[in-house]
Amino acid sequence: MKELNVVVVGNGMVGHHFVDQLVLSSIPSIITVIGAETRPAYDRVHLSEVFAGKEPKDLALSTREYYEEKGVRAIFGDAVVDIDRANKCVATQSGRTFSYDKLVLATGSYPFVPPIKGSERKQCLTYRTIDDLGEIKSHAKHSKKGVVVGGGLLGLECANALQNLGLETHVVEFAPGLMGVQLDEGGSQMLRRKIEALGVTVHTQKATTLIDDQSDETALRMHFADDTHLDTDMIVFSAGIRPYDQLARKADLEVGERGGIVIDYHCRTSDSDIFAIGECALYGNMIYGLVAPGYRMAEVAVQQFSDLEEKPSFKGADMSTKLKLLGVDVGSIGDAHGRTAGAITYVFSDEKAETYKRIIVSEDGKRLLGAVLVGDCSDYDTLLQYFLNEIELPASPESMILPNVDGGAPALGAAALPMTATICSCHNVSKGDIFAAIDGGCCSVGDVKGETKAATGCGGCAALLKNVVDDEMEARGLTVDKSICEHFPYTREELYHLVRVGGIRSFDALISEHGKGLGCDICKPTAASIFASAWNDYILESSHVGLQDTNDTFLANMQKDGTYSVVPRIAGGEIKPEQLIAIGQVAQKYKLYTKITGGQRVDLFGARLNQLPDIWKELIDAGLETGHAYGKSVRTVKSCVGSTWCRYGVQDSVGTAIDIENRYKGLRSPHKLKFAVSGCTRECAEAQSKDVGVIATENGWNLYVCGNGGMKPRHADLFATDLDTETLIKYIDRFLMFYIKTADRLQRTSVWMDNLEGGLDYLKEVIIEDSLGIAEELENQMSQTVSTYQCEWKTTISNEEKLKRFRQFVNSKEEDNNVIFVEDRGQIRPASEDEKTKLIAKSA
Amino acid sequence: MSMEKIVCDKADLIENSGVCALVQDEQIAIFYLPGTGNEVFAISNWDPIGQANVLSRGIVGDLQGEIVVASPLYKQHFSLTTGKCLEDESASVKIYPVSLINDKVVIQ
Ligand code: SRM
Ligand SMILES: Cc1cc2nc3c(=O)[nH]c(=O)nc-3n(C[C@H](O)[C@H](O)[C@H](O)COP(=O)(O)OP(=O)(O)OC[C@H]3O[C@@H](n4cnc5c(N)ncnc54)[C@H](O)[C@@H]3O)c2cc1C
Ligand code: SF4
Ligand code: FES
Repeated sequence: MKELNVVVVGNGMVGHHFVDQLVLSSIPSIITVIGAETRPAYDRVHLSEVFAGKEPKDLALSTREYYEEKGVRAIFGDAVVDIDRANKCVATQSGRTFSYDKLVLATGSYPFVPPIKGSERKQCLTYRTIDDLGEIKSHAKHSKKGVVVGGGLLGLECANALQNLGLETHVVEFAPGLMGVQLDEGGSQMLRRKIEALGVTVHTQKATTLIDDQSDETALRMHFADDTHLDTDMIVFSAGIRPYDQLARKADLEVGERGGIVIDYHCRTSDSDIFAIGECALYGNMIYGLVAPGYRMAEVAVQQFSDLEEKPSFKGADMSTKLKLLGVDVGSIGDAHGRTAGAITYVFSDEKAETYKRIIVSEDGKRLLGAVLVGDCSDYDTLLQYFLNEIELPASPESMILPNVDGGAPALGAAALPMTATICSCHNVSKGDIFAAIDGGCCSVGDVKGETKAATGCGGCAALLKNVVDDEMEARGLTVDKSICEHFPYTREELYHLVRVGGIRSFDALISEHGKGLGCDICKPTAASIFASAWNDYILESSHVGLQDTNDTFLANMQKDGTYSVVPRIAGGEIKPEQLIAIGQVAQKYKLYTKITGGQRVDLFGARLNQLPDIWKELIDAGLETGHAYGKSVRTVKSCVGSTWCRYGVQDSVGTAIDIENRYKGLRSPHKLKFAVSGCTRECAEAQSKDVGVIATENGWNLYVCGNGGMKPRHADLFATDLDTETLIKYIDRFLMFYIKTADRLQRTSVWMDNLEGGLDYLKEVIIEDSLGIAEELENQMSQTVSTYQCEWKTTISNEEKLKRFRQFVNSKEEDNNVIFVEDRGQIRPASEDEKTKLIAKSA
Repeated sequence: MSMEKIVCDKADLIENSGVCALVQDEQIAIFYLPGTGNEVFAISNWDPIGQANVLSRGIVGDLQGEIVVASPLYKQHFSLTTGKCLEDESASVKIYPVSLINDKVVIQ
């Protein structure tokens, strides 16, 4: 096949997806993508998160480097202004021309601003791009009050943003109700009630006729058709979107009556070499204003260039949505308005709990046609699957939405879903794809997520994904036996519970009450870790000694030759010169290899077992303490220099890092824990790669959780924003204890999060909203641990009995003759086998 | 090596764990597991896989009824009764007959 010259106009979400899919395909092509915005594609769907503390860069879907690496010519900040169909080339604003074999229009849409006099004033804004965000933020700085024109989905999201920016927020809607497209009247009323309770004022049936500046107090005055008015400092228009189809019109491509580039089921426009995808395309007289249908179009369009006999086609897409608006759960499925002939409606409304649920059922009562949910979306997944897969409803369909009185709604078993059922619509993952991933060796929700990307978009499908995976694992008899080992038929979480509730403090008691046999190197360290988390006893207590991994037994990390490393704690990376000198002197005296670690401290290598107590005695005398480098416990809290010295710093990151490290040092957990604190958003401490990351803001601290470097890096999730120090610590206390309580052995917070049912939202509910009612208990457990901290090395060197353990031989003062060092770059290192043989030969 | 030698006192042992003794230039790991048949077990301290003298510092326990120590380096299990490595048939360690006599550890 000859290389196709493909030009893509627009580098939004869909344009990028198209390029990405084409690059990944085996279709030989030369790709040029031309975007009007100055930056590569970003995630518009999560734009609002920037108001909640995310950085614009966190939204990036692509980078210039990525395109370069893939050989894609990418042009930003230059709009295409002309298509010359006869000569098959396009021209940009700056005058560049590009010829094409195939042209793909992915120009998206723009916010509609109704033709109202005064709407061109500088305080009148729109909300679609990252640049718009900047405008809204900077106007909000000088405003007290803000109005959003439009009470649809985007309008309400924008209202949420204005509220987050601290403005008195109003929503002005022309229609009688909010979210008229997705909700029926009842749902819309319930939504209004809930939103007003959150402090947003809603004005419906208001047609704005004029915006002027006659008001004294505020910048603007909006006049309405009913002769009323509303004063405000700024206005954001969110009154619908219009497809960017000017280019197509100019080139005489067919466009719809109300806009949109007409395409067929192969995403082809009226010119067979030109395609249109995403929000600029009109398919079956409909604009699909959601990203998932756009992605499907992009995939279909790519395949038109392949040599497949039968090219896939776009078949329309489901527009059901589930979202949280101003913290209110809203769901809409299918024919939400019950417009289908003969449809039967069931409504359940609970004014006390402020929830509203409506289902629309076919005339024969067998199929679900649509649904509206406000205030409680817990039935959404089940209802959506009934709808999408046309599953037969139970005899009394109302049971689907009635509260759990009599056994409750029949939750839809994953087994009932057909193989084609879409489980994750963001990434188009079907039940069949999930089965294929399991066939391929995945055996946990986390694995399947990694393999298929399911549940990594909006996250809405996480619960359903878990059902499907668990169900199938069980059906295949693959249910990974969750017992930790042959000695205990329990998970780590269950053991933790047994230990806590039973007040069990020794392994003997644990195994005689709940297990069998002698134990092993899996259950013993697990039990030791649980005892330490729960009771915080000295880990070398006689009854605990045999349980510890060698690193914990000798309070040092074993190296490959059987010697150990020594790592004193250097909280936050801050160290006094005297202490640095003391470390140097110890290293010199005991001839230890010395290295600065990746965790902002100093590691001394090559200590023999019998030297450890002496080394530690000297370090402790110099005011140092153990760094727990050997334990599954808190390691380091990395800091950047922060506001004390750095010209950009907005908070004292070093001080906070030290406080955090001192608070949690010694805390034993299922796996090691690393933290970091950065003094501003430049993030020099790399907090977003840590289990707990803290980043200073002008108003306090943003808290990130469950990041990981290491083998499988994971960006931390933004958990809470602008916290004062006290709340920050409170949340970290709860977070850590909840992790310790529920995680599997050797499961780091990142993997734990990926397997946590309900994900980040659930974690926020537990930690911030205290949905399980355990916050106080978690805090108490943490304060018990904090108050019983001891430096294990200090305890050890003052205990003669314990020191006996550090003898190389119980019956001799000799040293291990297999430990042999040579010198390199002026320091020791273990000799290689070859070197050992030579050295021994020489001495003989 | 043929010998019958008092190596150390019972008090030098650590319950449910190991220590190392030097006997005629050989490093011997001695484990004390009260409640099991022999109570004391002795194997070579040399880990043939990790290539270091470390086995006395591993965790002891049982797997499918076999009493074992897990190497602290790379976690393979060695039987305390046969010296065989459970994960790698080609690897094994020397075992020493050992007993507790009048609170002394005696290697035959
Ligand atoms: C010393 C150090 C390397 C250095 O010279 O810089 C180091 C050394 C070891 N790392 Fe590390 N890691 C060191 C920083 C890191 C970092 C960087 C950081 O912390 O900022 C990472 C990536 C960040 C992270 O953990 O997310 C790191 C990721 C790992 C991993 C992979 C963890 C993962 O979740 O994928 C392991 C393996 C494990 O824990 O299972 C590991 C395991 C180890 C072990 C314990 C391997 C072992 O079992 O012997 C090494 C022990 C050496 C010793 O005796 O002290 N080390 N290790 C660093 C000690 C920092 C400190 O002051 O305590
Ligand atoms: C605040 C907000 C929240 C949203 N929430 C959701 C949600 O929860 N779920 C959901 O599914 N969807 C949501 N959407 C909609 C979703 O973002 C869009 O469906 C999606 O971005 C459409 O992708 P696109 O590539 O077609 O258009 P866009 O992402 O708009 O990209 C089009 C790009 O083309 C560029 N362009 C236009 N004309 C030219 C030209 N002549 N030359 C060069 N470049 C040009 C534009 O500048 C733009 O960068 C939301 C949208 C917004 C604004
Ligand atoms: S990267 Fe590997 S070799 Fe280097 S210190 Fe970490 S664990 Fe050891
Ligand atoms: S549906 Fe959005 S992540 Fe799966």
